[in-house]
Amino acid sequence: MSLIELNGIERTFQLGDSQVHALRQINLDIAPGEYVAVMGPSGSGKSTLLNLLGLLDRPDAGKYLLEGRDATTLTAGDQAKIRSERIGFVFQSFHLVPRLTAAENIALPLMLSGMLPAERKKRVTAALHDFGLEDRAHHRPDQLSGGQRQRVAIARATVMHPAMILADEPTGNLDRATGEEVMELLEALNATGVTLIVVTHDQLLGARAARRLTMLDGEIVGDERKKTDARA
Amino acid sequence: MRALDTLSFARHAASGTPLRTGLLVLAMSIGVAAVIMLTALGDGARRYVVEEFSAIGSNLLIVLPGRSETGGLNPANLVTSTPRDLTAEDAASLIQITGVRKVAPIVVGSSEISVGGKLREVMLVGTSSDFLEVRHLKLAQGRFLPPDDVGLGSNVAVIGSMIRDELFGRESPLGKPIRVGDRRFRVIGVLSAGGRGMGMTTDELIIVPTATALAMFDTNTLFRILIEGRSRGELDNLKLRVEKTLTKRHDGEKDFTLITQDAVLQTFDKILRVLTFGVAGIAAISLAVAGILVMNVMLVSVTQRTGEIGLLKALGATASTIRNAFLVEAAMLSMLGALIGVALGETGAAALRQLYPVFPAYPPAWALLAGIGTALVTGILFGVMPARKAARLDPVQALSKR
Repeated sequence: MSLIELNGIERTFQLGDSQVHALRQINLDIAPGEYVAVMGPSGSGKSTLLNLLGLLDRPDAGKYLLEGRDATTLTAGDQAKIRSERIGFVFQSFHLVPRLTAAENIALPLMLSGMLPAERKKRVTAALHDFGLEDRAHHRPDQLSGGQRQRVAIARATVMHPAMILADEPTGNLDRATGEEVMELLEALNATGVTLIVVTHDQLLGARAARRLTMLDGEIVGDERKKTDARA
Repeated sequence: MRALDTLSFARHAASGTPLRTGLLVLAMSIGVAAVIMLTALGDGARRYVVEEFSAIGSNLLIVLPGRSETGGLNPANLVTSTPRDLTAEDAASLIQITGVRKVAPIVVGSSEISVGGKLREVMLVGTSSDFLEVRHLKLAQGRFLPPDDVGLGSNVAVIGSMIRDELFGRESPLGKPIRVGDRRFRVIGVLSAGGRGMGMTTDELIIVPTATALAMFDTNTLFRILIEGRSRGELDNLKLRVEKTLTKRHDGEKDFTLITQDAVLQTFDKILRVLTFGVAGIAAISLAVAGILVMNVMLVSVTQRTGEIGLLKALGATASTIRNAFLVEAAMLSMLGALIGVALGETGAAALRQLYPVFPAYPPAWALLAGIGTALVTGILFGVMPARKAARLDPVQALSKR
């Protein structure tokens, strides 16, 4: 069964008087455990697609099956539950809550899901350990480097053990070396079976993915797979 | 999200912007403090007046000679144009009525007092031993009139503190002879300073037994009879019984007037209570203003934390989770403001009492509850709109804002 199945997805925005087709007739199939890079110039609909996959946005037309369930007809509450349990987001600007410490930021999804504090603490400690952030647990985001911030964000995205990670330009605000580190971290997660979907306009970054989707004007114009990766 | 987590999240969010939170709490606390201070003032005024009246005794029944109602042309009026005297015997008969605790007949007149060449005009009151308790007076020295002296008319006197100061100076007046009018008296007691009631101070009074006073003024009629009932609730029944007894003694004619202290007192009580409510209402307006401030602050907070709200949604927060978090924050700030306001108000009221010790400026319990309640309700009410706005934010747009 596919993890994600998109059929004839349409998304238009009203921008002043004109209608902007952010997504046109998108048909896409992504299997569990895939590593997909979504490439394309800005305004091509990459982020809209990612938001749609992450249930932050609804399509105007078409069908989105997530793990076999029709995600477009779900209630807002059910969508929130899926976001909580099945999807992890990683953002270009990290989106850490500035007043909370690294540990508290990582604990946020656990807290929102209603997990008991004791269990939460265990998971956060494990996550801090996994991402080498133990000595940064009680630092607030403004006391962390860019790389550390993104590590905290990734720890937060994975602490609920989601089925897929959606990363929107995860290295966009980082220097090359740190970006490399972050990508390795994400790829290591992918190696454990988590589906990884990365939106980027960086050709080098895209080239690392097993499958590359190229978008232009709201359409998928390219879908290449690395031959060496048999899994895809 | 668990309730406790919502609380701590809201607390973190509030303490994240200390200045804004502080100002909001300040505004709320000033509102609550205003309610408490003003009701303390209003209720203090009410208590002051009630206590003034209670100095005369609140379960008091007063008998006046003569009819007070103007009842047109009544056959009874034609027969007897002059009312019968209210006599000391009338007073004595009243003590047997059930529900009567004390009876104090009163004869009043002015006379001259002289001690060792010093002369002074005084108000002389003739009464019984019950007078002391009926009027809630206290003795500074010696003792009061002996009981059971209605008919005897012994020559003992109790004097007011000012009389003592003026006529005896630092000497103790107890046992000393004084001359009042053309009679000689022995001083057996001195009243405490500061006694009040019925429009006169007791400091300048000289009190003698009823019979003595009646003899001195050569009269038969009492000025008043004060009756203290056993309880305030029975006063109406007692009034009927007193009326019956006296009417019977006066050959079936009601040529006297009965008034209760209660009726007057209740009117004042009512007026001042309404006044207090009015003042509290005015103060509550400042709470409404504080409520609007809550809304403003929370709206700014929603705008500033748009990115965070988007993030929370991406992390799986439902709309209701976000709404609750903002509502709890508003409620928390209002509650904090209310508690600080109570502390401020109580301190202010205490300061008032310190400055004016006679003025019992205690905020009533309902004012405390109403202050806190109004603060909470306005805080939450005005928090609903921002909270809903936060909950409705589109996560995609919220996240794109930085």
